[in-house]
Amino acid sequence: MSALGVPVPLAAGDGVNWVAMSVLVALFLVVTVLGFLATRFRRAADMDSLDEWGLGGRRFGTWVTWFLLGGDLYTAYTFVAVPAAMFATGAVAGFFAVPYTIVLYPIIFLFMARLWSVSHRHGYVTPADFVRGRYDDRGLSLAVAVTGFVATMPYIALQLVGIQAVLEVAGLGGNDNVVVRDLPLLVAFAVLAAYTYSSGLRAPAVIAFVKDFLIYLVVIVAVIYLPSQVGGWDAVFGAASDKMATTSEATGKPTGVFLPGAGQYWAYATLALGSAMALFMYPHSVTASLSSDSRNTVRRNAAILPAYSFVLGLLALLGWVAIAAGTNPVGADGKPNAQLVIPQLFEDQFPAWFAGVAFAAVAIGALVPAAIMSIAAANTFTRNVYKEWIRKDATPAEEAKVSKLMSLVVKLFALVFVLTLDKQNAINFQLLGGVWILQTFPAIVFSLFTRWFHRWGLLAGWAVGMVYGTVAAYRVINPATGSHFGGSVADIPGIGEMGYIAMTAFVLNVVVAALVTLALNAAKVPNGRDHTAPADYFADKDDPRVQADLASEDDLTRTEPQT
Amino acid sequence: MISGKEGRDPARSGDAAVPRTDKRKMALAGVLLVIPVVALMWVGSYAKDEPELWGFPFFFWYQFVWVFLTSALTWTAYRLTLAARR
Repeated sequence: MSALGVPVPLAAGDGVNWVAMSVLVALFLVVTVLGFLATRFRRAADMDSLDEWGLGGRRFGTWVTWFLLGGDLYTAYTFVAVPAAMFATGAVAGFFAVPYTIVLYPIIFLFMARLWSVSHRHGYVTPADFVRGRYDDRGLSLAVAVTGFVATMPYIALQLVGIQAVLEVAGLGGNDNVVVRDLPLLVAFAVLAAYTYSSGLRAPAVIAFVKDFLIYLVVIVAVIYLPSQVGGWDAVFGAASDKMATTSEATGKPTGVFLPGAGQYWAYATLALGSAMALFMYPHSVTASLSSDSRNTVRRNAAILPAYSFVLGLLALLGWVAIAAGTNPVGADGKPNAQLVIPQLFEDQFPAWFAGVAFAAVAIGALVPAAIMSIAAANTFTRNVYKEWIRKDATPAEEAKVSKLMSLVVKLFALVFVLTLDKQNAINFQLLGGVWILQTFPAIVFSLFTRWFHRWGLLAGWAVGMVYGTVAAYRVINPATGSHFGGSVADIPGIGEMGYIAMTAFVLNVVVAALVTLALNAAKVPNGRDHTAPADYFADKDDPRVQADLASEDDLTRTEPQT
Repeated sequence: MISGKEGRDPARSGDAAVPRTDKRKMALAGVLLVIPVVALMWVGSYAKDEPELWGFPFFFWYQFVWVFLTSALTWTAYRLTLAARR
């Protein structure tokens, strides 16, 4: 191991790791073939509707949904960023991902079955569709749609950052020629765009099997094999404890957190809870949930998806294994870059061929969520902007066409974003995206249970939460670099504790929504028309009313399932 | 297209198809779902080193244990909701 700050980049200095690259390319080719063949998976009579292209025909059973949701939620960026946070700043910024992905499931258990049923009954494809139907209010629906769209974009961009991290460590990042350096990423994304365009949601559903198998394989091997190489878990925690306690040169404070201290309990808890409440407000999470074949499929998955949380926890600890192993993540530009720590650990410690498998796991891990996110963002645009505001009488076939084109535009935008702007911008926007998306929680989840809140109260609360969250996030200064958007934790006004900005904004959002609701109710302002009926929230796949609608070619945008 | 047809026939709308629910079972399921949230939000109860397990500080293995407990609680809540609407 060379000392920190030596300007010779390890990976680039070593040149391209050809064995690892060959394995990576081979597995990528396998996935590409699968992506194009995916149109045959539970084949539909025609793909010319959003139900088929964008939701896989709403026919995925428990296991397909498990792989799809697992592949969707636990993204490549998560696999890169969580251990990186553990490596750089310790347990509060990194390990909160574990309680986050635990409390996630009881929360979605409570409301996702209702959202599935009402969406199934009315042919809703996005959460904004539901809000539109619940209040007949285009403004509130647009607010939910735009928030979802804008929050998803940087998330897609960060999947590219995950692929870049792998390619950089494999030795492809060091070339000064922009075309040569970025070509692999361009090719990977062009291929992804092509099979997403042709196969829709079926492509990530099939690829998710490969992705999840590789991730489980790599993490289990790494967790069993690597600690024994560095002296066991005792040595790992000892090394981490030592590193976190040393004084950082940049800030004059301890480098990081080994265990949260009394002043960090609120931060740890609110980060976990806020992130958990936010995750299923993202369009891509809803898309994967609505593609399941019954309301209970999602509930069963709430009980079996924590398997991924276990793996994520182990992966987080690999960030500390890297500390004990003396991993020195240095980017192609010669600067230390914590984001490279996991690929670098794998390259240092594993034989080249298995490092290639690990790189493929991360790279393919980026493709699944990127595909689902672009589909979900495209569906949101098509349904809640194009159809709602531009062409009211768009046919299902036209919707599918617009969505397919939009999925290309969204990916192109993410690519330009990552290649032309500093990566830090993508990370900042993703942080903001988490703050923003949580502000749609009241309009979506509260509305699933009650119409007590007034639509304009929800809109006012959303606006206040968005503004407060954005300003508060801007004001967080990174102690090392002095730049804005330095983190997602800030002082909670009135409590004197540090907490996740999104949660503070959320509480403010709910208070404003309730106060405005009381005022509007007192003034007897009508609360829009509810197109849903109480029974809709319990409808299941064999619901006779849905069957009747299908038979009578009701105005639901769906094609009849081919059995 | 957002809603079903206007003027649906009565059999297909209204409260008729809201399933009968055993409120006690649903409440119990709710309690089971709240337990992990409360346990994990109470960070002060587990942010400590000791007792260790296989070299893991308490903080870490305790949260790993909650992965399995939560899975079991969620599954039980699922069975309860099925039973409550039978």
